[in-house]
Amino acid sequence: MQQKIDPAKVRGEEVSQVEEIAGESMYRCYQCGKCSAACPATPEMDMLPSQVIRYLQLGLPEKVLKANTPWICASCLQCMTVCPKGVDLSRIMEGVRMMQLRHGENRIEMREFDEEYRKRAPQIVFISGLRKFQSLS
Amino acid sequence: MERIGVFLCWCGANIASTVDVHQVVEWLRDVNGVAHAENYMYMCSDPGQELIKKAIREKNLTNVVVASCSPRMHEKTFRKAASLEGMNPYMVEIANVREQCSWVHQGDKDAATRKAFNIIMSTISKAKANNPLETIRVPITRRALVVGGGVAGMTAALELAEAGYYTALVERDDTLGGKMRRLSRTFPYHEDASAVIAPKIEELKANDNIKLYLRSDVTEVSGYVGNFQVTIETRPTEGEDGAPEVVTEEVGGIVLATGYDLYPVAAMSEYGGGKVPDVIDGLEFEELLKESLATGAPVKRPSDGKEVESVVFIQCSGSRDPEHHKPYCSRVCCLYTNKQATLLTQQNPGAKALISYMDIRTDCKLTEEYCQGNIEEKGLVYIRGRVSRLYREGDAVRVWTADTLTGEKLEIDADLVVLAMAIEPSVGAEQISKMFRAAVDTNGFLQESHIKLRPVESSTMGVYLAGAAQYPKDITDSVSQALATASKIQSMFASDELHQDPLVALVNPEVCAACGLCVPICPYGAREVDERARFSRVNEALCQGCGACVAICPNKACMLKNDTPMQVLNQIHTFLGKEEPAQ
Repeated sequence: MQQKIDPAKVRGEEVSQVEEIAGESMYRCYQCGKCSAACPATPEMDMLPSQVIRYLQLGLPEKVLKANTPWICASCLQCMTVCPKGVDLSRIMEGVRMMQLRHGENRIEMREFDEEYRKRAPQIVFISGLRKFQSLS
Repeated sequence: MERIGVFLCWCGANIASTVDVHQVVEWLRDVNGVAHAENYMYMCSDPGQELIKKAIREKNLTNVVVASCSPRMHEKTFRKAASLEGMNPYMVEIANVREQCSWVHQGDKDAATRKAFNIIMSTISKAKANNPLETIRVPITRRALVVGGGVAGMTAALELAEAGYYTALVERDDTLGGKMRRLSRTFPYHEDASAVIAPKIEELKANDNIKLYLRSDVTEVSGYVGNFQVTIETRPTEGEDGAPEVVTEEVGGIVLATGYDLYPVAAMSEYGGGKVPDVIDGLEFEELLKESLATGAPVKRPSDGKEVESVVFIQCSGSRDPEHHKPYCSRVCCLYTNKQATLLTQQNPGAKALISYMDIRTDCKLTEEYCQGNIEEKGLVYIRGRVSRLYREGDAVRVWTADTLTGEKLEIDADLVVLAMAIEPSVGAEQISKMFRAAVDTNGFLQESHIKLRPVESSTMGVYLAGAAQYPKDITDSVSQALATASKIQSMFASDELHQDPLVALVNPEVCAACGLCVPICPYGAREVDERARFSRVNEALCQGCGACVAICPNKACMLKNDTPMQVLNQIHTFLGKEEPAQ
């Protein structure tokens, strides 16, 4: 499938929003791939962490917004530790998650947890889970 | 009767651990004509050389054979040592028993010992027939010629003129400055290229030691290092009638700085072959930028004057494509493309620059920082993959490419496409190469004599290479190379005469039939048939002793001094343990 690139959407609004939330510029990354090589969670991801940045550089945020990578990311900071340019990928992942939540897409539903689990799990699991995975709208 | 001294070197363990050096010396002492034989741990050391000198002095030796490493290593060392004792240096021969014996026969000491002896015996047979030779001395004309008035040629000419030498500068155009005049800004400091070159042009015009030949071509070259005659033809100025003016300059050293041209867009059928509007080469874009920078108006595209909002730059256009175009990297495109994209975003705020690339090569000082800094600050989008094709789609140029980092196939509609075309030798470089006997490489660039150690010397002595005529290079490197050529010529001019190894070709005029086969075979232009005397002469200043004429001569009239056919045959016969053939 041929992917259309619209030069006007390069560095467009959505990408700029991710940059703003993350406080990181996409164009600092020169795509060496060291983050992807370091990430312990890539087997579960459908897109490499470096590719998340890549799609944003190319002005294709819709690809990233469909990916599970930002949700698998555990913010372990292995990527940032090895990055030669000092890019904090965990903040970019956070930016992408925020964008996705703003699109009203919830990642967890309280109802999906059974009664038994809800009794057993500590409160903080649900609070941080909801903060991280639930749209505010 | 010869009194030969043989000196066998151990080279530490390099020779001695494989060759029984004491046995070889024992054998040598019984050989007819050998007046002295000994071995030592390092013959090239001061005490080693002292042994040679002492034996020459005390035993009145006529020849010396040093059995050691390759003659490339220490032939000069031992010849010098012998000459200090009054022996003619060309009576010293090297028998290579390291590279050609001990190193390659490490498992078999007996055989290696016998072979070392045979190599020495064979060298002794050659040494016996050696004649004392004198260094060839050639006078020097202390004037220089520079071909090409771009930044490289101008730099070389100015440097030589400032050192006090008369320098003729030949430029085929009617202005100086070469390609730099077409450039907008230079990387990494965005200096105005014209403003950088203009004072140099004035300096050059004002220098009394420089004779400027504009609108001129070199039409004929004769002579040799230190003594060239160069014919220069100057065309009348445009609109004026009259015959070209012809002048002959006598010069000692020459710099070829004939520059480059861009591989034509027309040769890139995959990129429209020059027929798609708004697909231009890097130099054309430089001119658009130059105009925009001068007027302050945004960059407009050629077809309809629209202010450009999106530009796709395609790197390696024609470069690094051994199958269809040029196999080599054109070296400067990565940086000038990055610069052009940066200046575009500066002149056309909001415009998007997308750059198709394979890798970004930033091999000069400050350029990696420059390049990455621009990407970060200007948000230049590098797309890793080569553009497969492009075509006109309505108002835009549609570009098909891929991004190998994501695996996506991409389609982009752009206002303008800039091709970073391959750099190739300038038009006419081939004739220049032939006239000056300066060889070219497979891509037509002037060939350096040794890629590491003689990077500014051409294949002809006294002819030097500067700038992109030798290989694509940026202004910094062109200037460095030009300065190197000026230094080489100055060091030549610093001596009273040139000295050359006398191991050159020799002709027996009695045997020579003046057939002339030796003339075209000689790579150095050192042979000429004397029509009056009816034999072929050797220009000893040009001859490099390669032996091509010896091999082709049907009458065996040509030979190399101290390497006559008889000497070579004797060596082979001796090595094979056969009788020496009758003289």
